[in-house]
Amino acid sequence: MRNTTKLGILTIVTVILIAVFLFTDVKGSWDYVLSKRTEKIFAMILTGAAIAFSTIVFQTITNNKILTPSIIGLDSLYMLIQTFLVFTLGSTSSLMNQNINFFISIGLMVLFVGILYKVIFKREGSNLYFLLLIGIIFGTLFESISSFMQVLIDPNEFMRIQDKMFASFNNINTDLLMISLILIILVTLYFLKFIKYLDVLSLGKEHAINLGVDYDRIVKRLLVVVAILISIATALVGPITFLGLLVVNVTYQLFKTYQHKFLIIGSILVSIISLVGGQLIVERVFTFSTTLSVIVNFIGGVYFIYLLLKQSKA
Amino acid sequence: MLSVRNLTKRFGNKKVVDGVTMKIQKQKITSFIGPNGAGKSTVLSMISRLIMADEGLIHIDDKELSTCKSNELAKKISILKQSNHINVRLTVRELVSFGRFPYSQGRLTKDDWKFVDEAIHYMELEQMQEKYLDELSGGQKQRAYIAMVIAQNTEYILLDEPLNNLDMKHSVQIMKVLRRLVDELGKTVVIVIHDINFASCYSDYIVALKNGKIVKEGPTDEIIRPSVLKDIYDMDINIQHIDNNKICVFYA
Repeated sequence: MRNTTKLGILTIVTVILIAVFLFTDVKGSWDYVLSKRTEKIFAMILTGAAIAFSTIVFQTITNNKILTPSIIGLDSLYMLIQTFLVFTLGSTSSLMNQNINFFISIGLMVLFVGILYKVIFKREGSNLYFLLLIGIIFGTLFESISSFMQVLIDPNEFMRIQDKMFASFNNINTDLLMISLILIILVTLYFLKFIKYLDVLSLGKEHAINLGVDYDRIVKRLLVVVAILISIATALVGPITFLGLLVVNVTYQLFKTYQHKFLIIGSILVSIISLVGGQLIVERVFTFSTTLSVIVNFIGGVYFIYLLLKQSKA
Repeated sequence: MLSVRNLTKRFGNKKVVDGVTMKIQKQKITSFIGPNGAGKSTVLSMISRLIMADEGLIHIDDKELSTCKSNELAKKISILKQSNHINVRLTVRELVSFGRFPYSQGRLTKDDWKFVDEAIHYMELEQMQEKYLDELSGGQKQRAYIAMVIAQNTEYILLDEPLNNLDMKHSVQIMKVLRRLVDELGKTVVIVIHDINFASCYSDYIVALKNGKIVKEGPTDEIIRPSVLKDIYDMDINIQHIDNNKICVFYA
């Protein structure tokens, strides 16, 4: 099957799933249900695209297919911010209000990555893996501080934090969606001029330099793009980077190409399919008794193992 | 003309390259020889901007390396390192087409594909151009990488141990190709090479390094001499003339 055909099929599946999600099982007022569901779909497309895209870019620049951007520690930082706010100000504080919380989270995450990059890239000749190592250490540190505070707080307050631990597409604020959309579009526009380098970067650092890529400069810019996209997605729906690893590896298996024009679009579609499909199962089959990440990881994991087994037989 | 002045590189406190100054002549094969750890590969990497020099200047056609744009340099000078593990799955033809990136930025024109075809033809890879790299033997893979460098069509071609892990037949094949690149296409080739007899039979000029410094440089005839080689390798090397080639005998 040609790659464009595969993209076509994925697109059709995406559209069908979205239609099923929007138009089936409507009880009560159409207006209300539809507007609620459109919001959810919109949020899923936005975060799904941002996560898939940034994971592909991240894996290409690190030349490693098992890393995800969560290794820089953004997920843990997000949890730390939430825990810290509840710990110091209480769950009723105005800072837990969705809008303000969104901006605080994004702001702090971008600031953290900014400082991390500044410190590390200032030293000449420092490499990418050093950055990742520092990221892991900080991630662990943030996690430890969070769980320390979580142990101390009132159990009722802890419930509020627990809510934030799982990605959720229920109750997303429309204003935030618009702001996220605009931010993501701006970042994508900025990214467009680097898109041609991705194929060459996947050959590795030395080949990329040989072929005239200004390696350090471009990798730095791409890392900033990745960090901003991850921050937006996480602040919008909660820790969601788990999705990336699965989605992009399924995409690699499906497309078997090095060309990023297929990989990026393909992974975005796979990502939306797994989010919408997962959400459908959570809402209609389990009636909200489980979380999206459980469903996505379970089904995605099984499918991934199937792909690997099939490949090893062939 | 490629010239290097006072090139120095430190890893930690150790100077691995220490004040290397030389000129590399156009349309010649220049070989870097010397014992392990002499700094040959490091010099090559610095000339090709893979690593930054701590001190010293590198001029390519009268322009200092650090003032050149990376993309412009990619049309002038190319480098192939000794280990070329690529993480993605590519066919030979796809790999070779990457060589045109400096010119096409990924959107290959008809002209670009012509260069790709010529490079594949030059390395006699037509039969296997649709094969994946991981299906090829070491020698075939090496030829594919060299084809990529040929498609890049640069005046200067730098190769770091191109014969690494190759058998005799493939080694000779690669060296003959390099010779043809210089004689037929007018390229300038610089190689790091361990097999002294290949250096003796195929290169025009030899630069011998030891402990980060140049011990001796000159036309091949002046270097392949027992007294000079003793200085470089600290061992007695007997030299025989066989069919107009100087062959070093050092095995026993």
